[in-house]
This record gives sequence, structure tokens and C-alpha cells, in this order.
Amino acid sequence: MAPLAQQLTRPAVSLRSLTRSFDGRTVLDSVDLDIPAGQFTALLGHSGSGKSTLLRAVAGLDHQVVGSGELTAPERVSVVFQDSRLLPWRRVLDNVLLGTEGNKEAAERGRVALAEVGLAGRERAWPSELSGGEQQRAALARSLVREPELLLADEPFGALDALTRIRMHALLRRLWERHRPSVLLVTHDVDEAIVLADRILVLDEGRIVLDLTIGRAHPRSYRDPLLGEYRERLLAALGVREDVPSEDGLVTKDSK
Amino acid sequence: MTTSTAAPAVSNAKTKQVPETGRTWRTGRTGRTGRTGHRRSLAPGKRLPATRLIGPAVFLALWAAASAAHLLDPGAIAAPWTVLETAGQLWTDGTLTTDVLTSLERAAYGFAIGLTAGVALALTSGLSRIGEALIDGTVNLNRAIPTLGLIPLFILWLGIGETFKIAIIAIVVYIPIYLNTHAALSGIDSRFVELAEVQGLNRLTFIRRIVIPGALPGFFVGLRLGLTGSWLSLVVLEQINATSGLGYMMFQAQNYGRTDIILVGLLIYGVFGLASDSAVRLIERRVLSWRRSLSN
Repeated sequence: MAPLAQQLTRPAVSLRSLTRSFDGRTVLDSVDLDIPAGQFTALLGHSGSGKSTLLRAVAGLDHQVVGSGELTAPERVSVVFQDSRLLPWRRVLDNVLLGTEGNKEAAERGRVALAEVGLAGRERAWPSELSGGEQQRAALARSLVREPELLLADEPFGALDALTRIRMHALLRRLWERHRPSVLLVTHDVDEAIVLADRILVLDEGRIVLDLTIGRAHPRSYRDPLLGEYRERLLAALGVREDVPSEDGLVTKDSK
Repeated sequence: MTTSTAAPAVSNAKTKQVPETGRTWRTGRTGRTGRTGHRRSLAPGKRLPATRLIGPAVFLALWAAASAAHLLDPGAIAAPWTVLETAGQLWTDGTLTTDVLTSLERAAYGFAIGLTAGVALALTSGLSRIGEALIDGTVNLNRAIPTLGLIPLFILWLGIGETFKIAIIAIVVYIPIYLNTHAALSGIDSRFVELAEVQGLNRLTFIRRIVIPGALPGFFVGLRLGLTGSWLSLVVLEQINATSGLGYMMFQAQNYGRTDIILVGLLIYGVFGLASDSAVRLIERRVLSWRRSLSN
């Protein structure tokens, strides 16, 4: 496969001096960012670093937020949230079809999407009958069915157990390879970002402090020693040092 | 979550789609190592058919037994068989049919108007800030006034005929339907609103797919309260200048000391109340089958 950087020329998302603030506190501080079409990007940061605010701005969900700057995003955008956000009163297939035209052709696409995430045969189940991982798969199917140009994911695996999370990583990467949307994955999990993304941005106090391209082939192993180098750089940018335990025995962000 | 912890196939053939957790405890007779007893389920267990009739049946049996043993003064309370006999007589006379139909008609009109008003007001108030500003406070004010206290005023306004009776029933019905539906509407998770925006739903689809299904559980609570209210107010209203109806029939019987006729009236009220409530419960269970609660 040709290096991704050569295929990706047209930007899917473009931010110019994007600023957002809540109650006078600046959360995004004049962010400039281009995400080329089809790129798998991860956005890392501490809680409160502004990463969710950035995602919500791109998704167009920040109605009440004070801000300025320019933002270009594609027309077809799908969002996967941390919770699956399935409507408990609609069966799984009807949840996947929420927002589509509701004709036969859409239903068929919904079935295909469910099969793709490994939920074939569960079309008629209620969301409460699915496990946490299955619910999140259904949410992925719901976002796929709209054939998005841009997939925004806000810590989509944060609420899942570690084993399910590893399986979901592989699934997400597989889906991306098949459909090639641009992906912006917001996460606070450094390993998740390294294993999945081709480019990792670190956001700190509303600014992008590191923009890292991960030039390793997929699938990536969690044990790949070369990934360890990326890991160190990312943790340094996040202000976390693994080898120095803090007073209470936990590894924390260095005080400045 | 998807554990298939060797749940023994006891009675699970019929109870499909049970939650995996919790159920395995109750039916788990396979003996878990390291545990002497079985953890008891906090849910009340499986529902048996027609169990709601057991209570009334026991009550009836006690009444019949006491009457047969001459423990009850027939002048104060007639025996069950006397009540049935009287009901048969009144039925063949044709007076009972007229009274029942009149009462049913009043209840039905009042209920229909109250239901429509309650739902319409709740939707308007729940979906628009202007609607909420105009409606919510007004309804709560209306609720604070005892509806039966409005009877004298309504008689002066609407005359002493059928209209004022239907108006009072409608008010008694719309208040609980409005309150519960509105509470359910405002309780819809804001995350679902966000989802609707992300999925590009228009306003109408948003209301149909998210608002209405989300408000249904509250609506059903209001519906059942309203139903009971319509029967309750009927008893009172039919004792005010009525010439037919169950309340009128009972009021007349009081003048002649006929407890059997009074009991016939009460019995019919009770049967209607129970039947209508059961009907709503049945619909509720069908419509809200996605909910997994203590009741199913």
C-alpha cells in the first residue's frame, strides 16, 4: 500500500484559529488543524484539555458555546459517543436506521452494517438485551449506515472492559480500512491511540502541543518495541513520566 | 455480560429474553461451590395468571359466609345473593340498562375530552418554552383547586344538565394525564436530543421517534389515574340533579333504605373501574414491552 500521506491531499476537516470558551475560561485557544480526507487521526489529552470541546465543535453540537474561528467539515458526519446512546424503545435494527429514510433499501444497508460489526441475527433484539460491547457495536453500525465522510468518536471504548476494548480496536480499524472515512478519535488512552491511529495530536490547555505521524504498518501489536518510542514522546507531551512515582504511589502529571 | 453460566433449563423455555444476570441466581439449583444457600432474588418473582382476582374473590367469600351465618344485618348490608337477585330484577325492568348506559356515556365523553386536552397541553408545554410559560403554571393552579368545588360555578355557567357533568369529568381526567405526561417529557435524556441532532432528524421525526416513545411510560401512569378519577367524580356528579345514571339509582335507593340496590351500583362501579384499569394495563404492557421492570 502506498504511504497514506501521498493519498491524502484534500482536507476533510479544516480549523482556523478556532477558539471556544466557557464562562470566560478559554477551552480551545486558536487551534489550527487540517485533517486530510481518509486519515485516521487520534486526539489525545487530559480531561479538561479541550478535546471533547473540539470534537463537539466539529460535530456542530456546540450551540450555546462562545467562540470564534473558521471550521470546515464534510456534510456527512457520524458521531460515536462514549455511551452507545441506543434508544431503549427501538429494536437494534430500528436504532441503526434512526435518521435514514426508512425504506427497504435503507433497511438492507442497516442489516449489512449490523453484520459488519458482528451483530447479524440480533436485528430484533432490544438494546437492553445486548452487552456493553454489543451496544457499542450497534452504535458503530448506526454511524456506518450513514456512509460518513467523517467519523467522530468521543472516547467510544472508554466504558468497555479491557478485553472488549482490544476487540473493538481491531473492529474499528477494519471498518476504517473498508470504508475509509476520515476519523477523529478522541481518547485519553495513549496505547489506544498508538495502536489505531496514523496521526496523533496532543491537546493541552486548548492548544495542539504535539502532532505525531505514526509510520508503522497495521495491524500493530501492543508489544511492538518501536511503538514504545512513540509512547514515551506522547507521555512526555502529556506531562506524564512513568518511572517517577508520586508521593501517593501513583504516576501523575508533573507539577510545573 | 454474555455469560452462559449453565443456567439449568428449568422453566426457562417460556421466559424468553430474560436478563442473563440475576436470573441465574434464582434458578441456579446446580449448587455453586463455596456457597451454602442461594442468593434470594429481590424481584417479586414470576407473575401467575389472573392473580389480581384473588383478593376480591377472598373478600366476596368472606361476605357470603358472614351473610349466611346471619352475622350481618340484612338492613345494613344485603347478602351477595340478594344483590345479584336485585341486579337481575333491575336488569329485566330495563332501568339498570338505562342507568348504566347513561353513566358510561358521561364517563366516556368526559374522559375523551380530558384525555385529548391533557395530551395536547402536555405536548405543547413540553416542546415549547412559550407553551410551558403559558400552560404549566395554569394547570398547576387548576390542580390546586379541588375540582368538585367548581361544581356550583359550573352549574351557573353551563346549566344543570349533562354539559357541566362532562366538563367536571374532563377536568378531573386531564390533570393527572397532563402532569405525568409533562413530567415524562421534560425527563427525556438530553443525550437523546443530541443524538437526534447528530443523526439529522427533523423536528417531526424527533417528536415521533424520541419524544413520544420517551413520554409514554408517564402518559400511562396519568391515563390510569385519570380513568379512576372519571369514575370517582361520576358517583358525586350523578347525585346532583340527575334523573338517571348509577349514582342517581344509588341515591334513590338510599331514600328507600335499599342497601341491595346501593350495592348493585357499587358493584358495577367496581367492575367497570377494574375492567378499564386492566384494559389500560394490558395496552401498557404491549406498548412498553421494551421496559424491563418489576412488573414483567
